[in-house]
Amino acid sequence: MSARQLLGKVGLGFAVFVIVSPAILFFLWMASLSVKFEVDNAAYPPVFIPEHFAWKNYADVVASNRFLTYFRNSLVVTGAATLLAMLVGVPAGYGIARMAAHKSAVVILIARITPGLSYLIPLFLLFQWLGLLGTLWPQIIIHLVVTVPIVIWIMIGYFETTPIELEEAALIDGATRWQVFRHVALPIAKPGLAVAFILAVIFSWNNFVFGIVLAGRETRTLPVAVYNMISFDQLSWGPLAAAALIVTFPVLLLTMFAQRQIVAGLTAGAVKGG
Amino acid sequence: MSTLTEATSATASAEAAPGREWRPPSYWPFVIPALVVVLAIIVFPWLFTIWMSFNEWKVGSPTTFVGLANYVRLPNDPRFVEAVGHTVVYTALSVLLPVILGTFAAVVFHARFPFRGILRAIFIMPMMATPVAIALVWTMMFHPQLGVLNYLLSLVGIGPQLWVFHPATVIPSLVLVETWQWTPLVMLIVLGGIAALPTEPYESAQIDGAGIWQMFRYITLPLILPFVFIAAMIRTIDAVKSFDIIFAITQGGPGSASETINVYLYSVAFVYYDLGYGSAIAVIFFALIIVLAAVLLYLRQRTLWTEIGPGA
Repeated sequence: MSARQLLGKVGLGFAVFVIVSPAILFFLWMASLSVKFEVDNAAYPPVFIPEHFAWKNYADVVASNRFLTYFRNSLVVTGAATLLAMLVGVPAGYGIARMAAHKSAVVILIARITPGLSYLIPLFLLFQWLGLLGTLWPQIIIHLVVTVPIVIWIMIGYFETTPIELEEAALIDGATRWQVFRHVALPIAKPGLAVAFILAVIFSWNNFVFGIVLAGRETRTLPVAVYNMISFDQLSWGPLAAAALIVTFPVLLLTMFAQRQIVAGLTAGAVKGG
Repeated sequence: MSTLTEATSATASAEAAPGREWRPPSYWPFVIPALVVVLAIIVFPWLFTIWMSFNEWKVGSPTTFVGLANYVRLPNDPRFVEAVGHTVVYTALSVLLPVILGTFAAVVFHARFPFRGILRAIFIMPMMATPVAIALVWTMMFHPQLGVLNYLLSLVGIGPQLWVFHPATVIPSLVLVETWQWTPLVMLIVLGGIAALPTEPYESAQIDGAGIWQMFRYITLPLILPFVFIAAMIRTIDAVKSFDIIFAITQGGPGSASETINVYLYSVAFVYYDLGYGSAIAVIFFALIIVLAAVLLYLRQRTLWTEIGPGA
């Protein structure tokens, strides 16, 4: 029996190794590319840990002419799109949950499955007509297409699970609906707010398709800036990999520390979808 | 489903309880700001796109109403027809592989082992990481001369491949990236299902001397099938409209060998600035996704009924 248990343990260990290694190896290789000089990046057989570390790849990226502008653009777009989405989306999620207006949630669901590109044509024309192109506003507004449905969707699910009895008691005591929301419902919903916030930040930060159409030279966000680097210096892999790692590092860090919230948020929509 | 009915009855009692005069629907003020935003940035673009699809509209030239001409163009556009074919192949592979691997990963992650939390966080990193950053590194790894993938193949005695640089291998190579990226989502959804399973069947199966495979095949798999189906559904919708990875790695190339509907739509609208025709593609693409979602939902309802039976 114990031999069989041992075999089971070894089998499990092997299975875990097989499943996790593609992710681990990929990110290690990404890190390796980012700290190598061109000689090592072009070496065959490939070098994993170089003799000399090229930390200057990172310095080069950060010092390159517009990197700080792009970083600031990303912060502004993601920050504004997330905060605006929380501002309108959290009350909406509450209202929809309390009215049990489940039909309206279908709109959110359809918004979730609509390809992002199909929003771009009309909104591109609208922004052009309003003369907003060249500023960050078009991107902030269009990122709401991503963040608002996420926030509403998660908050509907969350408010449905919070107890309604306390709210009824407060209403009978003469509180207004707004006071009940502000002082009773909202404090209980903090974990749900965290989930909605984190997912909205990640999906806005990662967004690429809106930026390639709407961003000009000065208004690029980091993913678009990195994409543009590919076409220009195809051959300097070190700085490119360093830039890629810088862009995605905040998200990886968030995934590591907010894993529970992310998992809860991503599975909420799926499992409750029936 | 139970939460839904509970919420409904709870709200109903809340409205009946005060017993005062009829209240206006007072939750509306909470919803109105979001409603305005959703109308402006989600519903308006849908309607505007439909309207534009009936027009000949190129940036810089006047608009003319052309009726259904843009839609008639579609089946006669070889590039569009080809893109539909690529989308079908790409989607089929990008659903099948992550669903199989993700279900396996869910079973593994359900077991207890050291560092499970950290390993799970690492495992879900590919789907959270910035797609463009990921695509950039995969492009380097696919490089025929300097890429690490051909080196890894050489270790097991397989000759160098051209990966995304050859029309015959470009779609499978992109599917490899998509699978690597999205298997974690399938894993999470299925894992949620496994975690909710009752333990009794396993206990009695163990007493009866069933092996691990038998327990998986005859207890776990039938019970988690609805979750596998949901995962497949979400995966299908996401794979059909996959854009970032394809665009950042190949831009639809080489030639147009990996051009899916979404990538072609981008070219028509924002490279050729043929906005009317682009809108028609967007409408058809959108309709296709809605139909797909409806069919999948219908199938899911049916499997649910046959799995659980009408008593549930």
